[in-house]
Amino acid sequence: MVKQESESANRPDNTAFTQQRLPAWQPILSAGIVIPGFVLIGLAFIGIGVALFVTSKSIQELEFDYTGYSNESPCSSCAQSVVANCKCSLNFTLTTLLQGPVFFYYGLSNYFQNYRRYGASKDDNQLYGDLSYFTSPSSSCSPYDYDSSKKPIVPCGSIANSMFNDTFTLTWTVNGKTNNVSLDGKGIAWWTDYNVKYRNPNVTPLKNAFNGTVKPINWAKPAYELDASDPSNNGFVNQDFLVWMRRAALPNFRKLYRRIDASGDYKNGLPAGNYTVDITYNYPVRAFNGVKKIVFSNVSWMGGRNEFLGIAYLVIGSLCVVMSVVMLIVYAKFKFPDEE
Amino acid sequence: MTWRSPLALVRDALRGQRARENELRSLESNLPYEGLEKGKQPNRYFPSNAIKTTKYSLLFFIPMNLYEQFHRLANLYFVGLVILNFIPEVNAFQPEIALIPICVILSLTAMKDAWEDFRRYQSDRKLNNMPCFIYSRKAKQFVERHWKDVRVGDFVKVVCNEIIPADLLLLYTSDPNGVCHIETANLDGETNLKQRTAVSGVCNTHPEFEPESFNGIVVCEKPNNNLNHFKGYVEKPDKQKVGAGIESLLLRGCTVRNTDHAVGFVVYAGRETKSMLNNSGPRYKRSKLERRLNIDVLFCVILLFTMCLIGALGHYLWLNAMPVVPPYLVPPTSGHLYRPSLTSFYMFFTMIILLQILIPISLYVSIELVKIGQIFFITNDIDLYDEETDSRIQCKALNITEDLGQIEYIFSDKTGTLTENKMVFRRCSIMGTEYPHKENAIRLAVLDEPEAEEEVIFNQHARPLPTRWSLDSEEANAEDTHGHGSRRRSKVTGNAQSDVAFSSPLETEVVPDGKLFQKISGSLSHSQKTDAYLDFFLALAICNTVVVSMATTKRRRVSVSPQAKHTNTPLETLSSLMRNAGSIFKFCKRNPKRHRTFTEDSEENFQPSGQTEEVGITALRPCSLHPPSLSDEPALTSDNLRYEAESPDEAALVYAAKAYGFNLLSRTPDSVSVRLPSGEVLDFEVLDTLTFDSNRKRMSVLVRHPITKEYILYTKGADFAIMELLGTPYAEHFSGNKKNIATVTQRHLDCYAKEGLRTLCIAKKVVSEAVYKHWSVDRKNAMAAIENRERLVMDTAVQLEKNLTLLGATGIEDRLQENVPDTIQALREAGIKVWVLTGDKPETAVNIGYACGLLEDEDLVINMGCKDKLTCTNILDCTLEEVRRYNADPRNVDTTLNMSLVIDGLTLEKALSPDLLDRFVALVKHCRAVLCCRVTPLQKSRVVKVIREKLKVMTLAVGDGANDVNMIQAADIGIGISGQEGMQAAMASDFAISRFKHLKKLLLVHGHWCYTRLANMIIYFFYKNVAYVNLLFWYQFFCGFSATAMIDYWLMIFFNLFFTSVPPIMFGVMDKDISAEMLLGVPELYKTGQGEGDYRFTTFWVSILDAFYQSLVCFFVPYFVYQDSDIDMFTFGTPMNTSALFIILMHLSIEIKSWTVVHWIIMLGSVALYFIVTLAYSAVCVTCNPPSNPYWILQSQMEDPMFYLICILSTVVALLPRYIFHVLQNSIALSPFIQAKHLDRKDPSIREEWMKELRSYRGGGQVKRSRLSTPPSPTLETPVDFIHESLAVADIMGDDFTLNAIAKN
Repeated sequence: MVKQESESANRPDNTAFTQQRLPAWQPILSAGIVIPGFVLIGLAFIGIGVALFVTSKSIQELEFDYTGYSNESPCSSCAQSVVANCKCSLNFTLTTLLQGPVFFYYGLSNYFQNYRRYGASKDDNQLYGDLSYFTSPSSSCSPYDYDSSKKPIVPCGSIANSMFNDTFTLTWTVNGKTNNVSLDGKGIAWWTDYNVKYRNPNVTPLKNAFNGTVKPINWAKPAYELDASDPSNNGFVNQDFLVWMRRAALPNFRKLYRRIDASGDYKNGLPAGNYTVDITYNYPVRAFNGVKKIVFSNVSWMGGRNEFLGIAYLVIGSLCVVMSVVMLIVYAKFKFPDEE
Repeated sequence: MTWRSPLALVRDALRGQRARENELRSLESNLPYEGLEKGKQPNRYFPSNAIKTTKYSLLFFIPMNLYEQFHRLANLYFVGLVILNFIPEVNAFQPEIALIPICVILSLTAMKDAWEDFRRYQSDRKLNNMPCFIYSRKAKQFVERHWKDVRVGDFVKVVCNEIIPADLLLLYTSDPNGVCHIETANLDGETNLKQRTAVSGVCNTHPEFEPESFNGIVVCEKPNNNLNHFKGYVEKPDKQKVGAGIESLLLRGCTVRNTDHAVGFVVYAGRETKSMLNNSGPRYKRSKLERRLNIDVLFCVILLFTMCLIGALGHYLWLNAMPVVPPYLVPPTSGHLYRPSLTSFYMFFTMIILLQILIPISLYVSIELVKIGQIFFITNDIDLYDEETDSRIQCKALNITEDLGQIEYIFSDKTGTLTENKMVFRRCSIMGTEYPHKENAIRLAVLDEPEAEEEVIFNQHARPLPTRWSLDSEEANAEDTHGHGSRRRSKVTGNAQSDVAFSSPLETEVVPDGKLFQKISGSLSHSQKTDAYLDFFLALAICNTVVVSMATTKRRRVSVSPQAKHTNTPLETLSSLMRNAGSIFKFCKRNPKRHRTFTEDSEENFQPSGQTEEVGITALRPCSLHPPSLSDEPALTSDNLRYEAESPDEAALVYAAKAYGFNLLSRTPDSVSVRLPSGEVLDFEVLDTLTFDSNRKRMSVLVRHPITKEYILYTKGADFAIMELLGTPYAEHFSGNKKNIATVTQRHLDCYAKEGLRTLCIAKKVVSEAVYKHWSVDRKNAMAAIENRERLVMDTAVQLEKNLTLLGATGIEDRLQENVPDTIQALREAGIKVWVLTGDKPETAVNIGYACGLLEDEDLVINMGCKDKLTCTNILDCTLEEVRRYNADPRNVDTTLNMSLVIDGLTLEKALSPDLLDRFVALVKHCRAVLCCRVTPLQKSRVVKVIREKLKVMTLAVGDGANDVNMIQAADIGIGISGQEGMQAAMASDFAISRFKHLKKLLLVHGHWCYTRLANMIIYFFYKNVAYVNLLFWYQFFCGFSATAMIDYWLMIFFNLFFTSVPPIMFGVMDKDISAEMLLGVPELYKTGQGEGDYRFTTFWVSILDAFYQSLVCFFVPYFVYQDSDIDMFTFGTPMNTSALFIILMHLSIEIKSWTVVHWIIMLGSVALYFIVTLAYSAVCVTCNPPSNPYWILQSQMEDPMFYLICILSTVVALLPRYIFHVLQNSIALSPFIQAKHLDRKDPSIREEWMKELRSYRGGGQVKRSRLSTPPSPTLETPVDFIHESLAVADIMGDDFTLNAIAKN
């Protein structure tokens, strides 16, 4: 009605929203109400905790420090020398089968890959295969963008320059017979890194793309010669390079080196026996009190071995159950008169 | 335009400057110069009528806006951060990225400013293009132009119902008496018509005005913003000066009423008009909460510095522990490392950039948004809407909503605030005889009945829709559709106000007193024209400034504000625009109704209604409303007369005179016609009107009797203002009766005052012709004076008002507004102390105090009135001692002394003197209620200031009149009641309401809600920022304090900008801890907000500690899971970011007290948005944000069960303590809130019972005070009376004794 409107044009709308009368759920958190919630969460957590704990327990992990700080350590001589490609070997014995699939990691401690300037010291566009960045790397790579003769470094930057360059081979000695354990280096990096984020320039042979550039200062070989055995594993899509370029979150980390090729004798993992890891010792860590490790581990659905999560779930689950008992007592004692 | 030398231009500009700055301006007509170039125009120095309220121009928008924005400290902080980020040694992110926040904020603000400015521009354009008539010499007539074409010196014709385009000096009107009526509602909200008169003797060219014949010079003062003063004169060619005051000025923005057309000379145009000069921007106040908040922001700054210092120190130690340069430490370009000390110095600043969110800059933006939302809900509350005046609550101060929830003292005006300010004639005393008007009292009692069944507001709420409001309006409208508007509607609401002020039947219909009626008829039959009774009623009818209009000329209320407001806040603009839009709409809608009214009621009086359809902005043709002053109008019966007065007392008196047959028929500046009961019409020539002013406290009208040709002065005024001017008693002089009428009348007056009536004395004086002649010369001189005019005019008035003869006195009742006692009771239960400050006498005030429940029967009422300081000191000391003794008494542990204080203005002055101030404050601290009587506006504001500063409490002042403006501005919150006394109070206030009872819901419900919402929101905001930023901080311990972020910077920005920004705002706008019904039903709940309130030092730190705990959990759960693994940085950060989101949102969920659909949508929407945006971002960004590497990370994480396990564990562990704390708090330490919430869940019937029980429990808790204090005191005699006439020690002792006796009882 026109008239009605004009009589009270200023009248506010009488809707539930404007009058703040929207139907609302108003939970009151009180002891009586939360008991079932606590019981449920507690039981669920205990369940998850048990599952996690059991799974974690089933994971075997072998870890060997080969830095060579102590003189008993097999690599102590290499650690003290400055010779390139210093060889040393590390022996260990497996009494039972190490259930496959087995992953072979190298580990570094006290190594800050997450240092801010270090992290920024790379050129994503160059690594994406953009040739224009080959000749003029991003300034973020500085001081590893040009060498002393002003030639551009490819791949530039500190991360690439500091790439881990120890290499390992694994041999299994059983009944006096020594077998080379075949290691699988394919697919150890992220699929997306290999296929999307890092690309080699579309030049064949790959070497030509690197004309006019120099290899990183610390590198023994240029990027296009990283893997002599597999031409497709060269340049920026070299698996070891990709693994290194994905910076570790914490100063103590491990990185996947190889997988144990699950074939022949190693179908079910590493069988019992004596093993030798032959190490080409290059990477200096003693200077900054770093530690180098070799880790063999099998994995489950929850990844590597981790007892923390299982225990945490168990503790919190039990805590919830305890809380529900406390709540019950509180409820009995301080029941609000009208609560049923 | 011809070329002019720059020098000439400068000279011209200087001359213009001088012309504008000059105290006096001489203006001449533009007509002789029409068509000439601009340089030849005489008035070219004065601004044109085009207004420009925009701040920016198109070209300079960006620089000007940036300049404006960089005045804000927050923006400077951002800029500082950006600059830091551009320093290579210091930067934490890519410098370009660091620009994002500042750019977003600046551009958002700029967009808002641009939009506001554009709307201002639009409204300016609309105003500037409004049509008006300007006289053109070429066309020899008024031609249609636009407002913007009006210039100073033009002649503008305004027609009925048109808005006046500029300040016009009225030269001619269509009215034969030279009167033009205007409505100033747009300027000051006053709806009564005001009369303006043409400058006399300037244009005598009747019947049509010839502007070309005007050849005088108008001299006027410099423009100022005083709406009620104007000084100027017209100098005719013969050098004769004709004075012109505000009564001849038509103000821009007013509407012409009841006048066919009028012509005026433009004196001020555009921005120099009084309405534009009055248009100041919105008020800016800082709320208490915000002041607290700023301290906490300072704490955040300290926290930030501490954290950055830790970071810098850590970095130093970390670097120092390094024996050689490790491969991961990138040397700077120069080749060698910096010294650790220098690097860690830089690191300090880098840390500031990294942890910048710790300073919650976005909090300020969010608070503004929350307040806009809160104000939206307040203004939309239908309970705060007044049906009768069709007005909502108006929020003028936009940033103090939460202060409403912290009020501890309310200072209230009495008249118009507690009372209706609708005056009802109750009793009168004539020549010493009292006429009680019992019949009238009975009628009023009947009218009262609907009010007796008042409903408490919470009951209305309890009912489902439709509420009482809608029912009411339906009824009203249903009746309206087939009835004469105002009358029927008034009956529905008992004492409603119709479109025209002071015209409800309550006020207009007075049942005459039988005895008095007979007496008058008797005296008339004896045809004693000079009878005192006759004089009395003639005085009632004549001695006023009432405007007579026809009942049928129903005016529409115009609410277009022709001036676009200078606004700084978006809401203000928004609401004003909406208002404007609404009123335009109203124009269109209203026209048909007008039409109907005309055709139904007044076919004869008006032109065919067809013409009226164009009324409104587009009204160009005059709608020929005949001016009401034509007394020979055939249809002019007394029934459809309507009186409009500036003061409601006047209307009440005129209606009273009408009841006895003395009908005021018309009033023009020169004459008044009154019809006597005999039917005879007397036309009095009005020689002068001595208007009311607050110094004299009276007004007089000097008339010439048409029959006796005597010069008679009728005066009415406050009793003391009249009594001291009395000459020879009239009675002795006339009837030989020896009794002293003055004494008897004074007794009657005292009696009236005790009943709570407002008293006025009526007096008369016969002036001899010689005296008059002599006086009128003085008067004319005074009127024409420019300097000291007000004082001179007043002096002449005082000169004449001497030796008056008392005729009688009247008692007018000012009725209490509805629900006032209930409101005061509720406010008091809410722990608010209510003071009443009034200009009335103590007797009247005390009575109103009892009536409205401010004073209670069992209260100990201390009546302080002393003539000198020593007495004051003694009283204060005695009472304080008494209070101390009472409180020390172990018997009184569980009771409080219910003490009230009544104090008058003179005593107050002494009590507020520096040496007594502390004692006075100490005393009033113990008083439940304080009544200050006879206080001046200045004292009102002083009292407010003293209490506010001495007791450090939140104060609220509420008032309706101009005399309350000081007080309203002195208080923390000023509330204006837009009532009968104009809008000054409402315009000066922070909130304008229409009824006192609205205070209850405004404070108890909205105040509480706004406060708790905002307080909780702010605490949450601090928590949120600290919790999130700390994740980064903990990471520093594992990255060599190198300011690395493990979360992509874009995602960090999104996190604050999108994912977690809306929920807190929603929380601040919509959360409801307790329902409105409970808050109204149990006012005690309000107490939580008082004093420190919810937002305390401890609450802040507890939430900060909680934030630290939660961030520790959120960081270390993933840390321990991924320790010694091959996790990479950004994969490590993803579960942290996700669980931080869940923790932060779930934390809010624990805090949210009531979940509506909106809550669910926003909370779930935020989570969904997080996943959608993050997934999309990590799918698209391959190389986009160089140092970080978000590509496909969330996707791969979401395939991993560990991700979910981590998020669940972190969220549960982080929130468990808070959750358990809440649960235990709600179960063990039952706060009143929880009890109320439990009650709230019950169905209404049980709830009411509980509430009743709760209330009765409260009642029982208070020891009945009747045994302690004096018996109930319906009159003044009984309360402990401390009024000392002299400094008699015995008196004080006596009083002391009384008090002791009371206490010992």
